[in-house]
Amino acid sequence: MSSGEPNVIAKLIDWLSKTQVAKAIFRTGIPRNRRQRMTVMLNNVFLHLHPVRLPKHAVKIKYTWCMGGLSFFIFLVLTVTGILLMFYYRPTVEYAYGDVMDLKEQVPLGIMREIHRWGAHLMVITVWLHMFRVFMTGSYKPPREFNWIIGVILLVLTMLMSFTGYLLPWDQLAIWAITVGSNMAGATPFVGAAGPGSNLLALGDVNFITSASDARFAMLGGRFVGEGALLRFYVLHCIGLPFVIMIFMIVHFWRVRKDGGISGPV
Amino acid sequence: MDQFKHLINILARPYIMFPAMIAAFFFVFPPTEGLMKINRRLGLYKLWTNKGGVAIFSFMIASFAFGLTDENFRLIVTKPDNVPIVGLIFLVVFFLWLAMKQGWDNDARQAKGLKPNEAEDAKENILVWPDLVYIELIALVIVSALLIFWAVSLHAPLEQPANPTVSPNPSKAPWYFLGLQEMLVYFDPWIAGVLFPTVIMLGFMAIPFIDNNRKGLGYYTFNERKMAISIFLFLWLILWIFLIVTGTFLRGPNWNFFGPFEYWDIHKLEALTNINLSEMIYMIFLQKQMPSNILLREIWGILLVVGYFTLTPLILAKTLFKDIFKSLGPLRYSVFIILLLLATSLPIKMFLRWIFNIKYIIAIPEFFLNI
Repeated sequence: MSSGEPNVIAKLIDWLSKTQVAKAIFRTGIPRNRRQRMTVMLNNVFLHLHPVRLPKHAVKIKYTWCMGGLSFFIFLVLTVTGILLMFYYRPTVEYAYGDVMDLKEQVPLGIMREIHRWGAHLMVITVWLHMFRVFMTGSYKPPREFNWIIGVILLVLTMLMSFTGYLLPWDQLAIWAITVGSNMAGATPFVGAAGPGSNLLALGDVNFITSASDARFAMLGGRFVGEGALLRFYVLHCIGLPFVIMIFMIVHFWRVRKDGGISGPV
Repeated sequence: MDQFKHLINILARPYIMFPAMIAAFFFVFPPTEGLMKINRRLGLYKLWTNKGGVAIFSFMIASFAFGLTDENFRLIVTKPDNVPIVGLIFLVVFFLWLAMKQGWDNDARQAKGLKPNEAEDAKENILVWPDLVYIELIALVIVSALLIFWAVSLHAPLEQPANPTVSPNPSKAPWYFLGLQEMLVYFDPWIAGVLFPTVIMLGFMAIPFIDNNRKGLGYYTFNERKMAISIFLFLWLILWIFLIVTGTFLRGPNWNFFGPFEYWDIHKLEALTNINLSEMIYMIFLQKQMPSNILLREIWGILLVVGYFTLTPLILAKTLFKDIFKSLGPLRYSVFIILLLLATSLPIKMFLRWIFNIKYIIAIPEFFLNI
């Protein structure tokens, strides 16, 4: 492609890039020479996540496995598909299952729920593999200790996102998986009704920590997985946790750059 | 053929497979110089070559293909929500191989006085546009295509509507929490479901502050960090991934254990012969009545647990972890060893269960405090 006559499409792109509209949007123009390739990285807010130059090992797939970037990409896919699903889904015991059933039966070629579910599984896997890669290259060592901590928090948040989403289809698989998971909260020491030390918080014969006032109750908004739990998990899944995870992601990416970019041999 | 499958079912039983895996683990990922020598003599490092990779994957694909000929295996592996775990197994093994291969390659280079491969590459600088941006674009397209293909070919499961009165058997947590659910077999919920997850996360966050080895930053290596990598892989491969795989594929109705080719019989009965340590001591060894005083009753277990967390660190500091203790200092060493002992308490509790049928070491149900 580098030699010979430029074809029609190339000519068209060339012409388009010189129009006033294109120049207004893309300041750099088509990045052809070295100078343009450097300024394009600085002028675009999204590309600006990256540095302009990198040592060559840092772009090799056998070094990075692409797992961090892919986790972020899958997060974006999940955001988009999640927003689309929110148009159809009502988080009440009355409607939830029927809405999911409608998505399955009534939407022609509907694969948004599939992409959302398999994407969520995939994101858990890519985040784990990202952690694995970061460990195996020793990238948590100084000066990147703090970013490793942020990464662990992001890993936990990813699993919590997945966990809260698990309840929403409101089928047998969902409520019993959440029942198993939330029963553990009821066993929290001191603040869970079935946990050790729960009867220490008492005034005379009156226990303060009961099944209607313990950690499990706070999590489910009720004594069992019901209406309250569904709404709580829905709000956490769609608003609460994404909000928190975005903040930590911003810090994570920022710190990658500030801690000296991707790790490499000294 | 049936006998072969039966043999595999027997070998897959936790009390056979798990000890075998742990025993093999420290030769494949040797944490010390002595084990490293054995590893070299046995030629185990050859797993991390191209030939070794082909061998590992041929074996995995062959056993998977063989498994798919069996109805029970097929039933559990092709369940839509279990497909990601099949993927997880292959991905983890592949990336483990990739990391270890590069690590051993770099170790061989460094033994010859050369710098690691990454250092050779890092001499050259490249522009992110186009070299990285295009790689990312290609990766995104590939993953998008994969997701769309996956979504079209496999429907997201939707079971019967939620019914709080009918609980499925087995009731399983989402797959990424099955390691925790597996721990519930050996520990009470407050340990398996609350204490351990908290400790795991805090422990992972503590890694950069415990591992004070400055070598091996920014390139793959095994030899320079063998203790750190060995411990991490033990936690991650065996106590994390392997427990999840077990919980997904080998735990059936009533959370009973089933071999890969075994029918999930809901009526399978397992004898419940577990007893507490205190019962064992008073009723079997001393042939006496259990003392009514709780403290007196559980004193043996309490001594054992306290001794485990106080004496073992001291003994290890003088023997196996002598160098680590010297370089970490008392405070960091204490954090490190407590975390490690908490992690190893899981396999220890497993072995106590399998060999002595011990349920609790300390059993104070009066306060929901069982360990």
